[in-house]
Formats: sequence, C-alpha cells, structure tokens
Amino acid sequence: MSADIQTEVIKEASMLKQKEMIARNYDELTSTAESGRKMVSTFVPGNLNELINCFGMLNNLPEINAINNGMRKKSGAMIMDAERAGHSEDVCTYVKADIGMMSKGNIAPNGKPMPAPDMLLLSYTGCFTFMKWFELLRHEYGCETVMLQVPYTGDGVITDNMRQFVVKQLKEEVIPAMERVSGVKFDIDRLRENLARSAKAEDDLVWVLESAKNVRSPIDAYFGGVYYIGPIFTAFRGTEDAVEYYRLLRGEVEKRIEQGLGPITPEGDMDEERYRLVVEGPPNWTSFREFWKMFYDEGAVVVASTYTKVGGVYDLGFRHDPERPLESLAEYCLGCYTNRNLPSRVELLEKYVNEYQADGLLINSIKSCNSFSAGQLLMMQEIEKRTGKPGAFIETDLVDPRYFSAANVKNRLESYFQMINQKRQSTKVA
Amino acid sequence: MGTESIIARCETLFEDIDFQVVREWKAAQQGRKVVGFMPVYVPEEIIHAAGMLPMGILGGGSDLEVIHGDAFYQSYICRIPRSTVELGITGRLDFLDGMLFPSICDVIRNLSGMWKLMQPKVYARYFDVPQNYQDDVGGVYYQEEMQELRRDLAKLAGHEISDEAILGSIGIYNRHRQLVRDLYALRSAEPWKVPSTEAYLLMRAGMLLPVEEHIEMLKGYLAAVELEDKPRRDNCRVIINGSFCEQPPLNLIKSIEMAGCYVVDDDYMLVNRWLMEEVSTEGDPIRNLADAFLHHSADSAAKYCTKKEEVGQYLLDSVKKNSAEGVIFAAPSFCDPALLERPMLADRMTQHNIPHISFKYAENSGQMQPIREQAGTFADSIKLWS
Repeated sequence: MSADIQTEVIKEASMLKQKEMIARNYDELTSTAESGRKMVSTFVPGNLNELINCFGMLNNLPEINAINNGMRKKSGAMIMDAERAGHSEDVCTYVKADIGMMSKGNIAPNGKPMPAPDMLLLSYTGCFTFMKWFELLRHEYGCETVMLQVPYTGDGVITDNMRQFVVKQLKEEVIPAMERVSGVKFDIDRLRENLARSAKAEDDLVWVLESAKNVRSPIDAYFGGVYYIGPIFTAFRGTEDAVEYYRLLRGEVEKRIEQGLGPITPEGDMDEERYRLVVEGPPNWTSFREFWKMFYDEGAVVVASTYTKVGGVYDLGFRHDPERPLESLAEYCLGCYTNRNLPSRVELLEKYVNEYQADGLLINSIKSCNSFSAGQLLMMQEIEKRTGKPGAFIETDLVDPRYFSAANVKNRLESYFQMINQKRQSTKVA
Repeated sequence: MGTESIIARCETLFEDIDFQVVREWKAAQQGRKVVGFMPVYVPEEIIHAAGMLPMGILGGGSDLEVIHGDAFYQSYICRIPRSTVELGITGRLDFLDGMLFPSICDVIRNLSGMWKLMQPKVYARYFDVPQNYQDDVGGVYYQEEMQELRRDLAKLAGHEISDEAILGSIGIYNRHRQLVRDLYALRSAEPWKVPSTEAYLLMRAGMLLPVEEHIEMLKGYLAAVELEDKPRRDNCRVIINGSFCEQPPLNLIKSIEMAGCYVVDDDYMLVNRWLMEEVSTEGDPIRNLADAFLHHSADSAAKYCTKKEEVGQYLLDSVKKNSAEGVIFAAPSFCDPALLERPMLADRMTQHNIPHISFKYAENSGQMQPIREQAGTFADSIKLWS
C-alpha cells in the first residue's frame, strides 16, 4: 500500500509558513549554547507558552519530538531501546520514544543535538502519565522541575477551588521558578500582550475548524487538523507568528469555500465528499500518510475531531483573556479536552455529530493513551444511542509502528463505510 | 477465638463477590447508606462521620467471570475497571448509594465518568487529592475538596456532618490505623507467625466491615497469634511493591511465600495505612486530615515526588526498617503508575545493592508456577549470594 502513495506532497502557503516556523524553532532550541537562551520542556495540553515567552525562554515539547520521530520512522527503534533499558512494553510510547531519543543522542529534526532543558515544567493536565514522565526526565536531567497540578474536572465544571489552586501555583511556584531559571523578572503586561495575540489566533483557528460545517467541507479537521493546530498547540501561541499563520490559513480556507473545493490532501484537492466523520482519539503518527490515504481514497472527510482539542477547546468559547491573565491561563489548562470528564466528552461528540452533519463517529483508540482510550467503547455506545448514527472502532498507537496494522485498519474502515451506506439506504426507505 | 477461625471468616468475606456482609449491614437499619471507593485513598472518616459505611472496591478478583466488563475496555487496559464494571452491571453493587473514584490513574479517573453514565441515579465523584504538598497551596485546595465531599455526603445522608462527628471518626480510624501498623510490625518482626495470606485477608476484611468491627477483629487476631506457635523457616525477607490498586490473586501471594519468601512489607490496600501518624482529634477535622495527607501520608507511584533524590526513598526506608533482603516489583499488567515508576525504583534499589525482580500479573492470573519459580530463584539467589 505504501508504494501507492504519491511522493510529492502538495503544500499550501500556510503549510510552508508553519514549516519555516518549526524549523526556526528547532534551530533556536538547538543553539541555546550560543544564544544563552533558556529552554523549558513542557507538555502540549495545558502548556503555558505565553508565560514561558514572558521570560524569553524557549518551549520544547517532548510529545512533539516523539511525533516528529514517529513521522520520520525513527520512533520504533527508540521505543525498543527504552524497553531494553527496563521500561515496560505496557506504557505510553511517547514516553519511551522520548527516553529512547535521549539514548540516541537526543538529535532534533534539524540533525543537531537537543540541549538538556534548563527547566521541566510539568503541566499535569489531563494525563496521569505526564507526572511520571517528568519524574523520569528529571531522573535523567536533574534540572529544576516545577509541577503545575491541574485538577481534573470530574463533575464537568470548573470550580472556584480548582481555578484558585492553579492560579496560586502559578503565582507561588511556577512564576518564581521561571524568574529563577531565566533571570528575568515577571512582567504581567508582557503576558497580557501575549494573551491578546493568543485570542486573535484562537478566533481564526475556530473559524477554520468550524468551516467544516459546510457540506463539502473545505478542510479535513483531523489529518489536516493536526497541521492547523500545530502552531497554537506548541511553541507559537501568543506570538505574532501564530497570528499571521492563522490569518493566512483562514484566507486560504475562505478561498476554498468560494471555489467549492474540498480539503487539500497530500495528493492534492480531494474529490467528492462521500462520508463526513467525527473522529475521537489521536492519530497514528508512524503511518500517518498511509492512514490518511485510507480516508481520502474513499472520499471520507473528518469534519470534527477531539484530538484537535487536546491543547485547548476553543470552539466552546474559551479565549485567553488579557484582562484576567492568570485566571485565564488556569481556565485554559482546566478546559483541555482530556481534562474533561467522560459525560462532557460525550456531549461534545454528540454536538459535533449533529452540528457538523456527520455520518457517524469513528474512534481511533490508542494503546498508549489511557487518558483518551479508557471509556471510549462506552462513549461510542452513547453516541450511537443519542444520535442514531453508526460508530466504529479501530485500534492503533501513537508512535509505536508495531501497533499499526494497515490491513486491519483498512478492513475496518471499509466495513464502516459500507455500514454508513446501508444506514443511509435504510433511512431513505423509512 | 484462634487465628484459624478469624482467617476463615476473612476468607469467606473475601470470596463473597455479592458482598452479603455489606448488604446485611445496610438492611439491619433503615436509612443506612454505603459508599464504595476504589484504590488508593479516600478520607473514610468523612463517610463514617456521615453514618455511612465506606466500602473498599478492589475489582472482582480471580473468580468473577467478566463478560460485560470486557465489552467496555480494550485489551490493553488493566483488569480492575472491567471487573468493577462487571460487578456494577450484574447488580452485585446495587446496594451502593455512592461511589468514589480517587485520583490514582487515568483509567480509574475515566471510570468515574463511566459510572456517572452507567449508573445515573448513584452518586459518583472523582475524588481529587493534591500533588502539591504546600499547606497554603495544595493544602487549601484539598481542604475545599474534602468540604465538597462533606457537603455531597451530607446531602446524601440527609443531615449535616458536624466537626464533632468527624473528629470522633478520626479517633476511631486512628485506633484502626494503629492496629494495622501493629499487625505489619508483628509480621515484620516474626513473619513466620503472620503469613502474608493472613495479613492480606485481614486487610481485605477491613474493606467490607465497619471499622469498629474490624478493630475488634484485628485485636482478636493480634491476641490469638501471640499464643500460637508456627514453625520458622529459612525464608528470605522481601518487600512487595506495585500492587496498590488491582490486587493479585490470593494464590499469587501464597506462591511467593511458598517459594521461600517472607513478605515483610507490601503496598496492598494502602488506604488502611495511608495516614502514617495519628491524626489530631482536636480543632478543625478537615484541616487535620489535610495536614496528615500532606505531611504524613504513605508514598506510592500514584503520588508526585517533588524531589529527584526522594524518588523511592520510602522503599529504601522500608527495606532498612524491615531488614528486607530484596524487593519484588509485582505490578498489574497495564498499570501506568506502577510500571512507569518501576524503572526509577529499580535503579534506586540497584544503586543500593538491593536485589530485585519484577513481574506482572492480573487479578485473574491463573498460572502460578512461573511466579513460584521466579520468586524461588530470587529467594535462592539471595540466600546463596547476597
């Protein structure tokens, strides 16, 4: 199947812009010895990029490094190295890819070694594994580590107690630690400026994601979506670069709507839109293009996905707010998708299936990620019950190539598309 | 009453997956309520002060046939949530008035939401605890979390839960914790007198019985065991680590002992020993419970360790205190906390020349021969070469 994939990827201007941003960021990360800038390692969900920027520090995200290594087919060997070093085959492969990356010299995508972080900022949001992951990294690096505990919204609401707890940690632990490591005094006005830029970019991101409500969606909100969320979920939220990227992206999507075009794929504009899906769960990264091709070859467009909400659920109205800087950061962390309880996740999926006129819900269940995966079978049953639309379940992994079985996934998808067709026919008859 | 009859009762309780003893407690008086909780810790004192029975739910064990539960979970998720779902769906927990899901891992956390969807008429709460141990940060947060739980339980009980009632419950649980510590100390001092299976079954009984009754049971056992003579074997002294959530089958616990290991410490049912010192029975009870949690609570992989040099210190301390000769890392398959922490703990043990082995199990593991061989070889190697 891989042999069928066209090698020359079609890229839009926003993709090129993002590529340049990422390359520049990696160059900055790998040249801290020359620049003297400090580096913070942190996680995507609940990342505090606006705050990190206030101190002139750089943001390194281990999950993104693992994704990069997965997409470049390097993660398999890294994971096996970590397993040989005693890490269980049962645990998250992001963790093992990260640890295996260290054992292979910690080489960044630009081919240069990644320096050791000056600070580990454990944004403990929506994933238990994060906590132990950073203990493992601290075990290796021994650098300053600060924990930001973000309470899980078990009852589906953010309480004052939760908000105040996060704010207090920011004031009393996170900010002082950043001042200590960077040598820069905290400037709340600088934070406000960053947050204002975040909100601008978030407005455009939401517009882009919601453009998939058009029947003949101009975007794919999962495979394409992972590129769209790239800047805002990583090292660029709060920067002028991110504002520009989303302005550019929005312009491109507006044009696609005007021209009646469907999503762009690695092989060009997608033909007929035959199936509209909502997808729950992260994608597989080791066979990302092969996975995506299974969809666009069948005319299946993902019109909404939950993975694109893992670093912030902006389409429910949240925006970073310069008027309430720390409270706003707290609410951002508390509201990330996997920090929401299961009933809230089901409600969001139900809303997506209905509002995006989807044909059904597909769950890509990830072996590595219990935060996402535990409970997904019940979620599927609930969505089927509430919407009357069929659900389907496939299983892959994030960056472990051993858990991507292309034939199995393809078979399941083909069966699912047949199921949708049958459902349509039976609805017409009724 | 001798230890044999006490342990026989514990065994009956352990084997009863319909929880008859809890049903009888509830039926004995109109209006009684039962609140279930999962590992690793909840402040039972608040439930007790509400006049309710806190009941520890540790999965379905090795004898429960899981049919429905497997339909809710992928193959790569541990067994305790699927057997707990099975218990719920088959009506074995239909007497529960509430269910608490403590902060331990993402699977149990998500089960809290599943419970809300599956049992909408039953009170279900994810019970969060602080991973920040500063009084004015994590402490303040935790006190309010407990106050919320207190308000919820008061609503469920239909009456307020007074400070005096909680202080009274703290006093009772202090006595209980002291007896549990006494039992563990006795087993460490004379492990041939307190076989691991007996200590385990006693602790399991505490998950079902009212604390007052369990106190009497522990007193009875501790008094009886002093009067009995059991043969001392040339076993090596080991600590079991990693079994704080999904429980191993009883046969596994037996097998380790039969393989030549005296278990001198473990992390089964940590809720019985979570608060390691007496909790004050004066002043603000919620604050007292928070202080105890922040400053005098047990360590486990479910907690964040604030300093690199402190990772695994609790295990090293236990090795020293209990004169252990080795550590067996026994974790359930797919247990994120235990399996993610294990390499750090193993490194720490290696640095201190403490022999260790590791294996995984599930609550329904059936084949004990490999475990017995592994533990036996480990015990032999300690005896011969350490």
